[in-house]
Amino acid sequence: MFEKDKLEELKKEKKEWEEGSLKKVLDKFAERKDEFMSISDAPIERLYTPEEVEGLDYSEKIGYPGQFPFTRGVQPTMYRGRLWTMRQYAGFGSAEDTNKRYKYLLDQGQTGLSVAFDLPTQMGYDSDHQMALGEVGKCGVSISSLKDMETLFDGIPLDKVSTSMTINSTAAILLAMYIAVAEKQGVTPDKITGTIQNDLLKEYIARGTYIFPPAPSMRIVTDIFDYCSKNVPRWNTISISGYHIREAGSTAAQELAFTLANGMTYVDSAIKKGLDVDKFAPRLSFFFNSHNDFFEEIAKFRAARRIWAKIMTEKFGAKNPKSMMLRFHTQTAGCSLTAQQPYNNIIRTTLEALSAVLGGTQSLHTNSMDEAFALPSEESVKVALRTQQVIGFESGVANTIDPLAGSYFIEAMTDKIEKEVLEYFDKIEALGGVLTALERGFFHKEIADASYRYQKEVEAAEKIVVGVNKFTTGEETQMNLLKVDPGVQKKQEDQIKALKDERDNKKVEELLEGIEQAAKGDENLIPYITEAVKEYATLGEICDILRDVFGEYKEQTVF
Amino acid sequence: MDKKIRILMAKPGLDGHDRGIKVVARALRDAGMEVVYTGLHQTPEQIVEAAIQEDVDAMGLSILSGAHMALFPKIIDLLKNNNAEDILVTGGGIIPKEDIEELKKIGVSAIFGPGTPTTEIIKYIEENVKN
Repeated sequence: MFEKDKLEELKKEKKEWEEGSLKKVLDKFAERKDEFMSISDAPIERLYTPEEVEGLDYSEKIGYPGQFPFTRGVQPTMYRGRLWTMRQYAGFGSAEDTNKRYKYLLDQGQTGLSVAFDLPTQMGYDSDHQMALGEVGKCGVSISSLKDMETLFDGIPLDKVSTSMTINSTAAILLAMYIAVAEKQGVTPDKITGTIQNDLLKEYIARGTYIFPPAPSMRIVTDIFDYCSKNVPRWNTISISGYHIREAGSTAAQELAFTLANGMTYVDSAIKKGLDVDKFAPRLSFFFNSHNDFFEEIAKFRAARRIWAKIMTEKFGAKNPKSMMLRFHTQTAGCSLTAQQPYNNIIRTTLEALSAVLGGTQSLHTNSMDEAFALPSEESVKVALRTQQVIGFESGVANTIDPLAGSYFIEAMTDKIEKEVLEYFDKIEALGGVLTALERGFFHKEIADASYRYQKEVEAAEKIVVGVNKFTTGEETQMNLLKVDPGVQKKQEDQIKALKDERDNKKVEELLEGIEQAAKGDENLIPYITEAVKEYATLGEICDILRDVFGEYKEQTVF
Repeated sequence: MDKKIRILMAKPGLDGHDRGIKVVARALRDAGMEVVYTGLHQTPEQIVEAAIQEDVDAMGLSILSGAHMALFPKIIDLLKNNNAEDILVTGGGIIPKEDIEELKKIGVSAIFGPGTPTTEIIKYIEENVKN
């Protein structure tokens, strides 16, 4: 970015500064630490100057918003056109309870919905299954059949809001239910917008709500890509997620590398199935963590866009610019929240949210201050939403696009993360790709090592967590926590029983039989699932069949 | 020489959050204990069976999903029914304070919440395992 002569002059000046002003001070006062490191243990220099970005070619590496390589953002106007979607992940108890929370959030100015399902729903068990004991409605809303889904979106116009659903192993079933609810509202599938997470690879790597082994899981994922590209064209068919990889303890570069490697695996698998890259790739979306190392995160988001754009063009031959754009949702880091002095979490979340915005996120969830104890209360989720609104409407940061571009530090960091990610790609490829690396426990080992190292650093007070290993008070803060109604499980059990009495059981059986046959063959499964949910086949019934045909995955325990 | 402490680390229920349990498992192993980790998605029955088969002195249960009030008591009951109540039961995760008090009443020896140093957990287990 600089002329050669000018650069030489600057380097000379820098050397003079180092030997002069800087040395004088360092001789008298040592710096606070010998080495400064990011939260991911990336070394951070004292000062970044044009020298650190001397090879940077503006057009090639940075460019313009809405254009390849999209480093500065995916839309030409970014937040000047429209702010990011403020989307709080929410769900608890019964469908009625959660429906009330959604209406509250929409009343408070939230612009999109994000459904948290309870674990039985995510793992393919109805509420009356013995594995569901104690879990019904606990970390999300309980959905066993279309009946529950109808209640969940009662009075919410599905042609007006977009809905993101954190659902993976059972994504096809929940999407089918969503489509059915929309149709009952008179909204056709081509009009609905939203996202299903549908990212199974990261379930094996970090999140743990897998059911089937990788091969049938990949098949279902590509069946969904195919079905949606033809029938639900505005739906994001996957949200390739680094969030959980980071929460499990990875570094920033690992989060990005493993997520994008997973992304490539999905693209590859869909292309092998005969899908046209420019038909399905525009509907791929991503989901990242915003942790509390402010600049490292911004650099990570910028690097993510640049790397993906290159992958899609160079590796997969995408021609449609929409296939090259990495669009992403962000959630602030749950693992950065502390149970000690919980009000400090509001400040952490604010900084993390600001990173996400300066990194150009398309949508954002801000965590609530009480989430180290329980699901958030209405009061604390309001503060979390207001945090985004203050950033969006008061702080002025959304007035110009990618305001930190050109910062010597940010650009150097963006480059460095990109380089580290590419090195990980080589390692994964040398192991034989994502699936083999997974079998060999590569990801688990990498993440476990990083998370253990971090824990040791915190315990040695090499990394400071305010209120935990420094500035501790020992006092306890009283918070009004959300209590999930313990009667939910019983209520859900009763509802399933009633449902099974009133539906056309013969029809359900035939449709379940159809799913079984399709699963055994290679037809697209989604139309069969769609028909079955409309007749009120339950989530558990459908998954039991698929479990029988596909088998279940058993993890390796690496620690 | 003292016999090494054997401990079963387990994830009851459907919760997939295993960062904490893996970090603690590794810290206990580094502290010289013999650690068996069950992996995810274990029923109370599977956990108690593993504890008895592995002849452990202690158990570390981790739940972040909110199912602790259903699953911890069940594990305690099963241990009693199998005459294995001498196994020290500890736990961790996202567990509100009033629940911790309840759990202690029924026989969970200690609950370690977010931010607990692993050194504190090691010390507690070393001091409380019945020899």
